[in-house]
Amino acid sequence: MNDQAPMIELRHVHKWYGTYHALKDVSLTVNRGERVVVCGPSGSGKSTMIRCINRLEPHEEGQIVVDGIELTDDARQIAAIRAEVGMVFQQFNLFPHLTVLENLVLAPVWVRRMKRAEAEELAMHFLERVRIPEQAQKYPGELSGGQQQRVAIARALTMRPQVMLFDEPTSALDPEMIKEVLDVMVELAKDGMTMICVTHEMGFARTVADAMVFMDAGEIVERAPPEKFFAAPESERARQFLSRILSH
Amino acid sequence: MGEALRWTRVNLFGSVPSALVTLIAAYLVVRGLWGFAGWALVHAVWHASNGRACIAASGGDGACWAFLGVWGRFILFGRYPYEQDWRPLLVIVVFVALLLASCDRRLWGRWLALLWLAGIAANLVLMLGGVFGLAFVPTDFWSGLPLTLILAIVGLAAAFPLAILLALGRRSELPAVRALSVAYIELIRGVPLITVLFMASVMLPLFLPEGTTIDKLLRAQAGFILFYAAYLAEVVRGGLQAMPAGQYEAADALGLGYWRKMRLIILPQALQISIPALVNIFIAGFKDTTLVTIIGLFDLISTASNAITDPSWRGFYIEAYSFIGAIYFGFCFFMSRYSGALEASLRRGRR
Amino acid sequence: MFRSKAKIGALLLQALAVGAVLAVGAYLVHNALANMERAGIATGYSYLGREASFEIGESLIPYSPADSYGRALVVGLLNTLLVSGIGVVLATVLGTATGVARLARNWLLKKLALVYVEAVRNVPLLLQLILWWDVLRVSAPPPRQAWHPLPGVYVSVRGIALPVPVLSPPHWDVPHLTAFNFTGGITLSPEFAALLIGLAVYTAAFIAEIVRGGIEGVSRGQTEAALALGLSQGKTLRLVVLPQALRIIVPPMLSEYLALTKNSSLAIAVGYPELMSITNTTLNQTGQAIEAITLMMAIYLAISLVTSFAMNWYNRRIAFVGR
Repeated sequence: MNDQAPMIELRHVHKWYGTYHALKDVSLTVNRGERVVVCGPSGSGKSTMIRCINRLEPHEEGQIVVDGIELTDDARQIAAIRAEVGMVFQQFNLFPHLTVLENLVLAPVWVRRMKRAEAEELAMHFLERVRIPEQAQKYPGELSGGQQQRVAIARALTMRPQVMLFDEPTSALDPEMIKEVLDVMVELAKDGMTMICVTHEMGFARTVADAMVFMDAGEIVERAPPEKFFAAPESERARQFLSRILSH
Repeated sequence: MGEALRWTRVNLFGSVPSALVTLIAAYLVVRGLWGFAGWALVHAVWHASNGRACIAASGGDGACWAFLGVWGRFILFGRYPYEQDWRPLLVIVVFVALLLASCDRRLWGRWLALLWLAGIAANLVLMLGGVFGLAFVPTDFWSGLPLTLILAIVGLAAAFPLAILLALGRRSELPAVRALSVAYIELIRGVPLITVLFMASVMLPLFLPEGTTIDKLLRAQAGFILFYAAYLAEVVRGGLQAMPAGQYEAADALGLGYWRKMRLIILPQALQISIPALVNIFIAGFKDTTLVTIIGLFDLISTASNAITDPSWRGFYIEAYSFIGAIYFGFCFFMSRYSGALEASLRRGRR
Repeated sequence: MFRSKAKIGALLLQALAVGAVLAVGAYLVHNALANMERAGIATGYSYLGREASFEIGESLIPYSPADSYGRALVVGLLNTLLVSGIGVVLATVLGTATGVARLARNWLLKKLALVYVEAVRNVPLLLQLILWWDVLRVSAPPPRQAWHPLPGVYVSVRGIALPVPVLSPPHWDVPHLTAFNFTGGITLSPEFAALLIGLAVYTAAFIAEIVRGGIEGVSRGQTEAALALGLSQGKTLRLVVLPQALRIIVPPMLSEYLALTKNSSLAIAVGYPELMSITNTTLNQTGQAIEAITLMMAIYLAISLVTSFAMNWYNRRIAFVGR
């Protein structure tokens, strides 16, 4: 895998839910180290698109290539891709029957076959990076929403992924907890992590994004650097969307 | 065509173990169906004069449906006087019609409840006779499918009001009332139905003053009612608990007394939430009517068991029991499908 | 002393309720005593010490007709526990496998499991027990031509003969045909076998639905998070889904175990001498129906209460730790 090849490539991807055309001819290239923020009205296919990247949803037409590996029905290829792609969910999806520490070491031990002690050291390192090492022995149910999401980010990081996918990571949080999660994401971006982030947090996008991707009704309508996107969006749909979301 | 092939590949041969399972299961299913079709259709005998002739005609490995042709009517209606068989038949038709009508949600309401009461009363009169020129038939002769339906429907219908009282009692703030309700419910739920039926049929006569006798069917029916009242009570209680506190508060704020609050606001909603669970209890109750055969009532199992002891038609227990098995399956499967559909539509409606 | 009329009313109502129950109870007891005296039936539980003088076909402890009614009752109770205990194990294994099969990706497996569950759940248990019993009693061949479905397993009109593992020296004691019957291994009577198989098959169908509900009850997000981390389907099921599913599954599962135990009382219809059958014989011989039936109900009630406590204890232990 040479460093010049794009990290993630979607080529003419189509997806249907029954007769509903969820993704229409979606093509996207994300290079190593790039931070892409995807925005758009609800139902535009943003979540569907990134969930196709790690095969939580299958795509019907087109190709998806992650770090040179093409995404097909082949179980081994899917497993290889999932080990390189980390995902953070809107609903956190922490495992409630395990402690925070156990949540983090589960994948390294069972997928990367790390020794438990080594995995725990790694886990504590990332818990410190998200600034909650003292919660290691607690259960997810004992943590606040913001803390849980930070644990979820740390959990994805313990697999040392090449790319991080964020599916509306702050949408389920109370307002006062959004900042603590965004701060962690900004730090991650500064450290050079390749990221695709679906979010409504435009302030975050302005700070961190290399490219804004606007989706509507299953298609990518516009892609531009944030300064240009916010100041002078090319498409009418993007203009309407921005005016609604930025007005308050 | 390509779609069908893709489906087959994923769903039947998705992996090596899956393909193995498909091959083994398919083989067993085909063999089983082939054998069953052979027994039930190909080698089956549809007309014969007696059991021995039937076995001879089928060569020993075919079903003897002729047995049902001769004994089917007895299995359905039992010891009811032969010429009066149109009465239990009408009873079955009325009950089935009421059940089907109750499936339509648009008909739910006071009218349907009254229709049911009228239907039950009419059926009881029809079975018993003694009025309107109908010959009197004592309950000892009630048997077969009409008996099963009467036990189940009358039993659960009568258990219902008692269940509501018990459920309200269990949630009552008065400690004595609550204690009595809890004791009753937990006692009944802790013992098998057969012991309650035994208690009703064997013990009850001992508890009554000398000389009074209670009809055997009535005793069994009473046992049934007392038993199912406890189970229905728990379902109703679940419905009451699932009601948001706001409903109770709103009713109190309007100044409604306890009974008005329950009758007009709480119970209608709680019962509606509980309907799928109530249907499940009804299915269980319908199946449990078979237990009365143990205390000497003549339900479908008794009539079937009796039929196969006839000297000239001995031993056709598979034919007899699959006949009544199919009847039970028909009723229960239909009700459980209905309950599932109801649950789905209620969930949708409440979103 | 009392602050409001409502309080007096409530107290009065409760006094009335309790009084009514006591009054009815007293009336019934009075009648019963009078009736029993007239019929010359004794009262009290002293009959438990008298000689039973009836045979019991199968017993875990030594028993003869010279033993007391009390001992006969113990034999019955042990038989109930035996068939329930083994039945619960069999039903759990079969039910769990079927429940998982209901969620399998293989369409044929899924549908077969569905057919089994629907067929068994919609036919009364008593009918199924009678069917199993008649198959074993009537259709089964004589020992000479016994059915031989698996190595060491022989099904004949005498029952089901099974091999038994022996500890020292370690080997299998396999049944073999001698003269008119099988020796070696263990032979389950047709009554016991019919009851056990019938109860296990019936209860397994309900357990299958409980297991299925439990696994489906774990939110999809949990599976997605595990898969996104790179865990295989198998590991996801084992490490993430099943531990959470168990919390949903165990309480209704314990209820099914209790239901199976209560359903074992249907043994009276297939001739297996457990608690219900023996109580029935006892009350027929002594005429002391009230004592016999209440004692039997008390025993079942005790079993139920133990199960309830177990369920509550489990629920409290595994509740998710929350804020």
